[in-house]
Amino acid sequence: MTDIAAQTKIEDIKPPRSQWFDVWAQFKTHRGAVIGMWFFIFITLLVVIGPYLWTLDANFIDIRAKNQGPSLAHPMGTDQLGRDAFSQVLAGGQVSLSVGVVAMLLALFLGTLVGILAGYFKRIDGLLMRFTDLFLALPLLPLLLVMVMLFRDSLRGLFGPETGIFILIVFAIGITSWMNTARIVRGEVLALKEQEFVLAARSIGTPPYRMILRHILPNVMSPIMVSATLGIANAIITESALSFLGLGFPSDFPTWGRLLFDSTNFMTLSPERVIYPGLAISLTVLSVNYMGDGLRDALDPRIRGR
Amino acid sequence: MLNYTIRRLLFTIPTLLFISLIIFLLLDLAPSDPTGNLPLSIPAEVREQIRQSLGLGEPIHIRYYKWLVQFFINEPLNIIEQMFDITIGDGDRLRVTSWSTRSPVVDLVLERMPQTLWVVGMSYVVGVLIAIPIGVYSAYRQYSWFDQTGTFISMVGFSVPTFFTGVLLIVIFSTIVPTDSFFWLPSIYDTTHKVTDLASFGFQIRQMIMPVFVLGLFNAAQISRYMRASMLDNLGLDYVRTARAKGLTENVVLLVHVLRNSLIPVVTVIALGIPQVFGGAIITEQVFKVNGLGHLLIGGIEAADIPLVQTLTFIFAVLIVFFNLIADILYGILDPRIRYD
Repeated sequence: MTDIAAQTKIEDIKPPRSQWFDVWAQFKTHRGAVIGMWFFIFITLLVVIGPYLWTLDANFIDIRAKNQGPSLAHPMGTDQLGRDAFSQVLAGGQVSLSVGVVAMLLALFLGTLVGILAGYFKRIDGLLMRFTDLFLALPLLPLLLVMVMLFRDSLRGLFGPETGIFILIVFAIGITSWMNTARIVRGEVLALKEQEFVLAARSIGTPPYRMILRHILPNVMSPIMVSATLGIANAIITESALSFLGLGFPSDFPTWGRLLFDSTNFMTLSPERVIYPGLAISLTVLSVNYMGDGLRDALDPRIRGR
Repeated sequence: MLNYTIRRLLFTIPTLLFISLIIFLLLDLAPSDPTGNLPLSIPAEVREQIRQSLGLGEPIHIRYYKWLVQFFINEPLNIIEQMFDITIGDGDRLRVTSWSTRSPVVDLVLERMPQTLWVVGMSYVVGVLIAIPIGVYSAYRQYSWFDQTGTFISMVGFSVPTFFTGVLLIVIFSTIVPTDSFFWLPSIYDTTHKVTDLASFGFQIRQMIMPVFVLGLFNAAQISRYMRASMLDNLGLDYVRTARAKGLTENVVLLVHVLRNSLIPVVTVIALGIPQVFGGAIITEQVFKVNGLGHLLIGGIEAADIPLVQTLTFIFAVLIVFFNLIADILYGILDPRIRYD
């Protein structure tokens, strides 16, 4: 008899919930964040799968069909060379999103590296943080423009026109936007270092690299994830700004910023062409920012579970 | 405090030197050629002579030193001379000259400065004036519909890039609205326009509305968030309860006690934001064709005019360092709890 009682008791206990389950439960309560997440997934799927369904080539020139308004054949109209605006927005989205994600990953890697090194090793803390401060004092947009101007031609020569400029822009955005991540991560690491489990791990002789990878890094994941979402938004805006100023991708290589820049010349003729790429940038960035907002709330243990 | 200020001031010197070195090296080590835009018919040896005449034959540390001397000693002296119409020393100093226009860079900068200051300054003032009341009221009625709308608008405000809001406004107010309508606004900022009477003043206002609004919205979005957060931090504190218990009216509690304390961090945020606004203005200036500093920078970049780009980038850096300093010192002055010594 006692056996059965014990059995039912065990079945009553819910399976242990993981931390990520709690985070997800909190994230779901933030309406904007959930809408943002679905929209971001939607737009990602659209630009990834879209070109396979909408097979018109973004660079196919049909000069007889130039400057058309929206129609069934061209839902967003055509541009001054008769290229289909819809497939251009799709192709532009691929570039803009991949620049955003890759630049964010680079910035995140640099920021986490600097932050963990500065927080963990006291000896280089001062030096690395002064270095971060100096980077924060740099005028970023002018420097980005200068970097693009200076290295555009040589990188194009090395890697071809498209890959070259992609590498340049990703690299330029990455090395100019790691500073905030570094500062936040350093703060977290400094707080973590004082905790008992770190002391325990050190007392059994854990070498620093395993200490960082096994014990520190998993515990600073939450600020890193928040920085990641904000980093994507920042990178997309920066890339579009560069393209908008004419210093981004070449004009036969559509990105959202470039499409916006190109269509400003035809504003009186076809004002709606300005709207689509601009709306795409704005909505993507808005959804990513909302996601970041919800994620920050969800990952904050003071808010979670209330 | 004085001690701290002096220490902080001294620290800006290595910061500025380091930034200037980065900018100098970045431009110097980059594979770009100032003669690249000249006609191809110029023979190689003449090209080399042009490069020599631009001072590119010297070793790098000498060029850096000379640039520093020009930038930090010669040009300030020249500005002082021009302002007060006097001559210091022999008055004939080597100046930083633009490669494309052959005129001193400082003259170009001074020429473009007023437009940028007008548009950017105005938009920042407008942004702050919009942001503070919104922030105060959002915090006071937290989670009300006003707060929710305010949160949404500010989220939109800093998610939507200025180059899209600007272009969108141009589409609406310059192309869709008929030209003779009252609501029509010029899409191009006319710098040569002079205010002489009421009608021209009206035109000046009209051409400033769109750029100022675009930048102002962007600034207001960020500042109002800070204002709201700071108000919320203060509203829960004990002194607010004391003030209410004393029987002070809600207006006095909110606008005298809480607002003054919540403004402390916001003022520093405002100071820190000023240099970023100059950077962001590059885009707005390009959208509305305001020929200010940003326009000058883009022009310089397109013409590979290295002295001009160096100077402008460095001016932006100096602005950032300067306003960081101001923000730090202001924080100490405004909040006696935070004295750094």
